Amino acid sequence: MKIFIIDYGAGNLPSVERALRSLGAETECVTRPEQVAAARALVLPGVGHFSAFVTGLRERNLTAALQHAIAGGIPVLGICLGLQAMFSASAEAPGEQGLDLIHENVQALPTNVKSPHIGWNQLRRLRKSILLREIPHDAYFYFAHSYAVAASQPHTAAACDHGFPFAAVLEQDNMMAVQFHPEKSGDAGWHVLRNFLEWAQ
Amino acid sequence: MTLARRIIPCLDVDAGRVVKGVEFASLRDMGDPEELAARYNREGADELILLDITASRDGRATFLETVRRVAQQLNIPFTAGGGIRRLEDGNAVLRAGADKVTVNTAAVERPELISELAAQFGSQAVVLSMDVKKTNAAWEVFIRGGAESSGRDAAAWAREGVARGAGEILLTSIDRDGTCSGFDCGLTAAIAAQVSVPVIASGGAKTFEDFLAVFGEGQADAALAASIFHTAEHSIGALKKYLAGRGVPVRLSR
Repeated sequence: MKIFIIDYGAGNLPSVERALRSLGAETECVTRPEQVAAARALVLPGVGHFSAFVTGLRERNLTAALQHAIAGGIPVLGICLGLQAMFSASAEAPGEQGLDLIHENVQALPTNVKSPHIGWNQLRRLRKSILLREIPHDAYFYFAHSYAVAASQPHTAAACDHGFPFAAVLEQDNMMAVQFHPEKSGDAGWHVLRNFLEWAQ
Repeated sequence: MTLARRIIPCLDVDAGRVVKGVEFASLRDMGDPEELAARYNREGADELILLDITASRDGRATFLETVRRVAQQLNIPFTAGGGIRRLEDGNAVLRAGADKVTVNTAAVERPELISELAAQFGSQAVVLSMDVKKTNAAWEVFIRGGAESSGRDAAAWAREGVARGAGEILLTSIDRDGTCSGFDCGLTAAIAAQVSVPVIASGGAKTFEDFLAVFGEGQADAALAASIFHTAEHSIGALKKYLAGRGVPVRLSR
């Protein structure tokens, strides 16, 4: 199947692209709204600053197209900053609006823990998960972030704890997202991508 | 559920080959970067660091080609650096497939480089590399591959680097590098206590006990080694099993 990867100008596209291709998917990089309209499955990869992400989408006229496509039910996987961009706003960029698909805000990690949260951590499953299907419960995933969304119903399928319990795996209707980097999380991470591809079929 | 302590092999490269020096001198060929990267990825390395140790302007294209080839071998995080002087140098390394860029000498000479990189790529992509040597009673930052004193105090520089946006500190003890006498746990703990970001200890690793010590009294978040892994003296898997057996949280690959 073909996966449309959103290119907002500063992401880690090559590694996400390589992982998806190795798993048998075709990929196309998306920089124009008409590509979003034609997509049947989307990946929103992201590293860096929340404002670079939302500004990058806006400059390419991708914001409304994405909101429309995702509201219309097409499967989407957000990665790291791509997860955060699905929310209304972020403490990292006050005043900037996210895609606002989920009406909550992204918070800074508390100051009593090391930040950025960088390294391999485990997950706490809150319910049955599509993305974590057949992945051992003690598997580690690679995180690299300073902001996160508080774990909560109904969207969080698995949480991770670093200062506070945050959403590590989000699954709500057609929206899937992970705060870690599956493309950098060894075999367990690639398994997450494979689960997304199978589900999006 | 705990953040795992990381084991990070480091590839020092010169003209497309992995080399190893003793106390920053006398280079020895250690193999092909792609082959070593693939092996470490397979053996359960938590990350890989690739450093251009000559960092000459004319060797730039060769280094970027090495970054590109090594990135193809990995599904773990990948840091590259050496000779990063400007924002564009960092951008080139990241575009070639690295996830993070490490800066050293140029950041000491122009600290704004750290802020520029962090603003563009995020703190999680910026690793401040510091080569530190004990002089009299102080720990001092050295530059140009350890050849020249910068006059900066290590703890003060670490704090400034983090304030400017570095997301991790790669801390190398020049006194211990290549000596196989163990990590400098005193130095590592002193710097780790000063900053809110992860500290990667480097220089002097020889035995499994050295790693246990640097994660314990050294308070390191990650430990880096080169030659002991290149020569296959120790496998990463065996090291991690040893650490896990002694209560250090590590990611065991199955």
